[in-house]
Amino acid sequence: MTERRPFSWGSPLTYSLAFAVAAISIAPVVYVIVGGFRTTPQIVADPAGLPDPWVWDNYARVLTQSDFWGQAFNSAVIALGTTIAVVALGVSAAYVLARYTFRGREALYTFFTLGLLFPAGAAILPLYLMLRDLNLTNSYYAVILPQVAFSLPLTIVILRPFLSAIPRELEDAAAIDGTGKLGFLWRITLPLSKPALVTVGVLAFVASWNAFLLPLLVLSDASLHTLPLGVQNFSSQYTSDTAGILAFTSLAMLPALVFFTFAEKQIVGGLQGAVKG
Amino acid sequence: MTSTQHLAGGATASPARPVYRGSGRAAETRRKWYEIIGLTTPAIAVYVMFVLVPMGFAVYYSLYRWRGVGPPTQFVGFDNYVLAFQDPIFIDALRNNAIIVVGSLLVQGPIALGVALLLNRRFRGRTVFRLLVFVPYVLAEVTVGIMWKLILTDGGTVDALLKSLGLGSLTQAWLADLDVVIWTLLFVLTWKYVGFAIILLLAGLSNVPAELTEAAAIDGAGWWQVQRHITLPLLGPTIRIWMFLSIIGSLQVFDVIWVTSVPAVRSLGASGTMATYMVDNGFFARLWGYGNAVAVILFVISFVAALLFQRFLLRRDIEGAITRRVG
Repeated sequence: MTERRPFSWGSPLTYSLAFAVAAISIAPVVYVIVGGFRTTPQIVADPAGLPDPWVWDNYARVLTQSDFWGQAFNSAVIALGTTIAVVALGVSAAYVLARYTFRGREALYTFFTLGLLFPAGAAILPLYLMLRDLNLTNSYYAVILPQVAFSLPLTIVILRPFLSAIPRELEDAAAIDGTGKLGFLWRITLPLSKPALVTVGVLAFVASWNAFLLPLLVLSDASLHTLPLGVQNFSSQYTSDTAGILAFTSLAMLPALVFFTFAEKQIVGGLQGAVKG
Repeated sequence: MTSTQHLAGGATASPARPVYRGSGRAAETRRKWYEIIGLTTPAIAVYVMFVLVPMGFAVYYSLYRWRGVGPPTQFVGFDNYVLAFQDPIFIDALRNNAIIVVGSLLVQGPIALGVALLLNRRFRGRTVFRLLVFVPYVLAEVTVGIMWKLILTDGGTVDALLKSLGLGSLTQAWLADLDVVIWTLLFVLTWKYVGFAIILLLAGLSNVPAELTEAAAIDGAGWWQVQRHITLPLLGPTIRIWMFLSIIGSLQVFDVIWVTSVPAVRSLGASGTMATYMVDNGFFARLWGYGNAVAVILFVISFVAALLFQRFLLRRDIEGAITRRVG
C-alpha cells in the first residue's frame, strides 16, 4: 500500500453509507447462520425472528447424520488436485512463453488466450459425452481435468508478465554458475514468483470449491458428490426441514468464508494483476 | 514484460549470453527445443483435449438426431438449429439472457462504482468494510441460490419484513410469479456479483496516482470534481474489462438460475437461460443432438459478443493478450 497519511475517522455520512452497504452484503448470510439455530416451527411462525431458544440440534444433525464430511472431503480432494495441476502446468507453459525465444512463441500465447473466449458452460455437454466414452465419469479426474483445462488460459495470462519481469541478469549469472534454464526455473523462478503462484492457486481453488455444473453432470455416484451438490440435494430432499437446510447451507459456506478471510489479499491481488493485463 | 519483449525477434540478440557447458550451438538449440516441448506439452495436451476437442464434437453432434446411445447415425443437417429458434421456450431463454446481460450492466455498474469510490476513501475500518462487501462473491452459487430461495419463499422473510414495515401490499410470489421471477433472479445475481465489480474497480482505483488527485484538491477541486474529472476517466480500462467479463458471464449463467428457480417455472420459459435450457434438453431429456446445437448457439453468441466487444471497446486495454496478431 502506498498510504502516506494515517487513516482518519471518516465523516458520519461515509460511515452510514459503508454500514448500509456492508449490511446488505452480509444480512442474508447472517440470517442463514442464525436461522440454523432455530427450529422449523419457529421459522414458519415468524420468518424474520431471532432464535428463541437457541437450538444446536440442526447443526449437530447435519454434522453427524448427513453426508457432510464425505462431501467436504470430495470437495477438498478435487479442489487441491485442480489447484496443484493448474499451478504446475500453468507455470511450466508460462515460463516457456516468458523466457524462451523461439519461432511461434506469440502464436502459442495467442492460442492459449483464445481459451478465455471459450465459455466452459457451452462445452459441458460434449465434455460429458467425451468423459463418458473415456470411462472417466464418476471419478475425481472427470472434474479435475476439465477444470484444469479451463483455468489454464487465465493462469498463463496472469503468470507470464510476472515471470518475464524477473531480471535477465539473474538468469545469466545462474548460467555462468552452470545452471541451465530448467535449473533456473526450479531454483530461482519458482521461489521468486511465489506471490503470483499463490494468487493463481487461490483463484483455481475457490472456483473448484464452488463449482456446480460440471460435478452435477459427471458425478452421478452420490459417494463422490461435492459440497455444492450435497447442499442442493439436501435442500430438495428435505424441503420441509427449513432449519436443517439453513444449518447445512451455513456449514457448507463456512470453509469458503474462512478461506476467503485468509486469502482475500491474494484474490484481490490476482484480479488486480488481471486488470493490469 | 519489457526485458524479454525486444528479444522476440531472434535467438542471437543478447551479446553477453553465456554458452552452456559442454555443448555446441546445435546441441544447445536441440536442448532448448526439448525443454520447450517438454514444458508446454502437458498444458497444450490438457487444453486441447478438454477445451477445444469438446467444442469440435459439439458441432458434429449438433448435426444429428441422437439419443446418446451408440454413434450418431441419423444426420439431420441444421434441423436442430431451426428447431431451437422455433421453440418459444428457447426464445424466452434468449430474452432472459438479454435481460440479465443488460440488467447486470445497468444495475451493477453504477452501484459498484459508487461503493468502490466510497471504499477508496481513507477512513478507519475501511479494510473490514471491503472484506464484508466481497463476501457474496466468494460464496458458492448454489449456496447463494438456496439461501435466497428460502428467504424469498412465499410468506418467508422478505414478505414478513415488508409486512412489518407496513408494505404488505408489495409482497409477491417472488419466485413463482411468471412475470416477476426474472427480475427476482436479476436481483439475486446482482447481490452475488456486484462484489466482483467492486474488487475490480478498487484494483483499478489503486492504480490512480495519488499525486494527481492531491494536486487537483490543492487547486481547489472538491471531492466530487476530482472523481468526475480525474478518477473516472482513468478507470475507463477497468470498467471496460469488467463489462466484458460481466457480459460473458451473463450469457452463460447457469448455477444461480438452476438452483433458485424451480423446474416448473423454468420449463414455462419465465426464468430459464440458454445454459439451463441446454442442460434440461440435452442432458436430462437426453436429446443430445439438440442439446449440442444449443451449446453451439450459446458458444457462437458468446464468441461474437466477445469479439465485437474487443474490436470496439477493449482493444487498447488488453493489447497483446487476445487481440494481438500472430507474429
